[in-house]
Amino acid sequence: MRIDRRQLLGGGALAAAGALTALNPHGDRARAQASSSGSSMGHGGAKGHGGGAAGATMRKGARVDHRANGFNPTDVLRDFDPGRTRRLASGRTLREWEIVAADKEVEIAPGIKYPAWTFNGRMPGPTLRAREGDRLRIRFVNGSEHPHTMHFHGIHTAEMDGVPEIGAGLIEPGQSTVYEFDADPFGMHLYHCHAGPLAEHIARGMYGAFIVDPKQGREEADELMMMMNGFNTNFDAEGNQVYAVNSIAFHYVDEPVRVRRGELVRIYLANILEYDPINSFHLHGNFFEFFPTGTRLEPTEFTDTIAMVQGQRGILELRFPHKGPFMFHAHKTEFADLGWMGFFEVV
Amino acid sequence: MEAATRSHPPVDSPQTSRHRVPVWALAAIPLALIVAALAALLTVGGDTLGERLGPPVEEIAVERTVLRPGEIELTVRNMGPDAVTVGQVFVNDTYVDYRTTGATIGRRAAETLTLDYPWQADSPYLVTVVSATGATTEHEIPVAVETPSADGGFYGLMALLGVYVGVIPVALGMLFLPLLRRVREHWIRFFMAVTVGLLGFLAADAYLEGTEIAEAGTGAFGGAKLLFIGAGAAYLGLVALDRFLRARSERARTTGASPFQLALLIAIGIGLHNLGEGLAIGSAYAIGELALGAFLVFGFALHNTTEGLAIVAPLSAHRHPSPARLAALGLIAGAPAILGAFIGASAYNPELAALLIGAGIGAIVQVIVQLVPAIRDRAGRALYPASVGGILTGVAVLYLTGLLLST
Repeated sequence: MRIDRRQLLGGGALAAAGALTALNPHGDRARAQASSSGSSMGHGGAKGHGGGAAGATMRKGARVDHRANGFNPTDVLRDFDPGRTRRLASGRTLREWEIVAADKEVEIAPGIKYPAWTFNGRMPGPTLRAREGDRLRIRFVNGSEHPHTMHFHGIHTAEMDGVPEIGAGLIEPGQSTVYEFDADPFGMHLYHCHAGPLAEHIARGMYGAFIVDPKQGREEADELMMMMNGFNTNFDAEGNQVYAVNSIAFHYVDEPVRVRRGELVRIYLANILEYDPINSFHLHGNFFEFFPTGTRLEPTEFTDTIAMVQGQRGILELRFPHKGPFMFHAHKTEFADLGWMGFFEVV
Repeated sequence: MEAATRSHPPVDSPQTSRHRVPVWALAAIPLALIVAALAALLTVGGDTLGERLGPPVEEIAVERTVLRPGEIELTVRNMGPDAVTVGQVFVNDTYVDYRTTGATIGRRAAETLTLDYPWQADSPYLVTVVSATGATTEHEIPVAVETPSADGGFYGLMALLGVYVGVIPVALGMLFLPLLRRVREHWIRFFMAVTVGLLGFLAADAYLEGTEIAEAGTGAFGGAKLLFIGAGAAYLGLVALDRFLRARSERARTTGASPFQLALLIAIGIGLHNLGEGLAIGSAYAIGELALGAFLVFGFALHNTTEGLAIVAPLSAHRHPSPARLAALGLIAGAPAILGAFIGASAYNPELAALLIGAGIGAIVQVIVQLVPAIRDRAGRALYPASVGGILTGVAVLYLTGLLLST
């Protein structure tokens, strides 16, 4: 009986995820100038960076199967999901999304599979993007074997907070609910599961970025979303074995983030790392303006290193004046050596 | 006529050869059935019970570590019931590139991982092997020291160590033979009792060390059980050798083992013990834990000199032991330390060490059993004030000289 139910749920989740992909043509790929097949940079080549005294590396020649994973971090960078939009009688814009929770094995580093719990089959989940004041309606379907919720950072009513025992509370496997609230305030926010045990539900991969643009918009830029995360592969709840930006260790070493010299680059950065108290972002050879939580239009700092506790986030803006490869990584070097390292390739 | 015989078989007849089925068939038929049944169970039997509950059991351990400049080579053995696939490896929280003889390690099998890592001499390292399922296995390198390469100079050094630790001390101890031949009978018994004390101490010491070494190993081949297997095999093997030698010697059949045979058995027992000692010294040298120097050589010389005394003690009654025979006894007892040092430094394996140390223990126990008749007084008692004093003296001598060796 139990096995039958599992198969049913699994099949249901797959079908729902498939339908979602078909129904959701809003993925903004216009900026995907750096596709996953983009050429690697000159100094690394197919063999990749590092090894021995040249620094940390996964086993040479081994690669993650992004196709089997169902997502590629290179695409995740610029994949902003504005939802299905419709104008309400009041003149406001209504945005609707359907998010499906699904259990899924993800190869987080070459040869290491992690039994993840995901939103829409990817880690981080889809980057939901709205404009300040929009009405947002998120239909959440739980196709996982475990109860989950969706808890958004932002200003909303208690019923819509997505925590157990309040409003819809826990959404049991096979059940669904609708979260509805206004896009407020503008900035770089998060959403994540709030079921217990909370640390595990977050660590397993149930999180994503929730970006609210200011009413007047922001200056045209090459925009990137980076979620600093990690995986406690042995489930001992003591630190992590793999660290990354957008889930796959050393991914942006193997496929550097291609940006143009002189063009404004805007990075929506968040730290969702579980089991370690603090994370950081450090960029080589360049400085950036930092907007904490992205809720003010004036930067507070001009720096090359920023630290974040779990749940903290912000917006980085810079123009790269020089061409070439520039490293970026956690300046907690242990995390960097365990996978949280990448390159910008300025062309 | 035949039919009649078959219908009335004699109850306790020795003429079983007249049965129609030959004896070899009585062995072959059940064997064939057992093989067939096991093969059937192996191929289809597993399916009848279904899969195991829970995830695969991943139990791997590093059996041997070799450090070369810029490289750490690990021999990883799978002690668990399921195959384990190595995903990635990190050293002190840094992922490293590695070469391997095979990323998937079958049950009981071992593979080597060669890590590309710029380790520094004298530093500690923690290697973590992350399996394909994310399970982690940690291996500690307490102090990184380059593993000596097995060239001529290395073998020369190990041979010299073996000579210092085994051959020279035993030869020095044998110099007491002329004294033993001059003293009176009750003094001989006293020296035999001293020998029993020495050997008893060695056996207990080896047991404790062997247990520690076996526990440090992977346990894939039985761990501490190997200590007992080695001890049992050596004990029974020496008993068999003793019986064989007695059967060949007409005189010995009435008087017990001849003094020379007893000395030979003691020499073999001590030789097996020194094999284990050489092993420990060689392996300690290979991982940089052995402080070489005058103190080590002096301590071992003092310590093991008593072993030479034990060998010559039974020879006090032997009229003319030839120098060649004495030299042979000395080499049998001392030279295995050289072999042990070679093995320990070049192909050390905790479980092999446990087996060999166990063999040393079994040999010593057998020698003690052999020596007991030699310490009996005229009343036939083995334990009396002088023999107890001798045994305790033996224990005290090894305990005190052993203190010189502890670091």
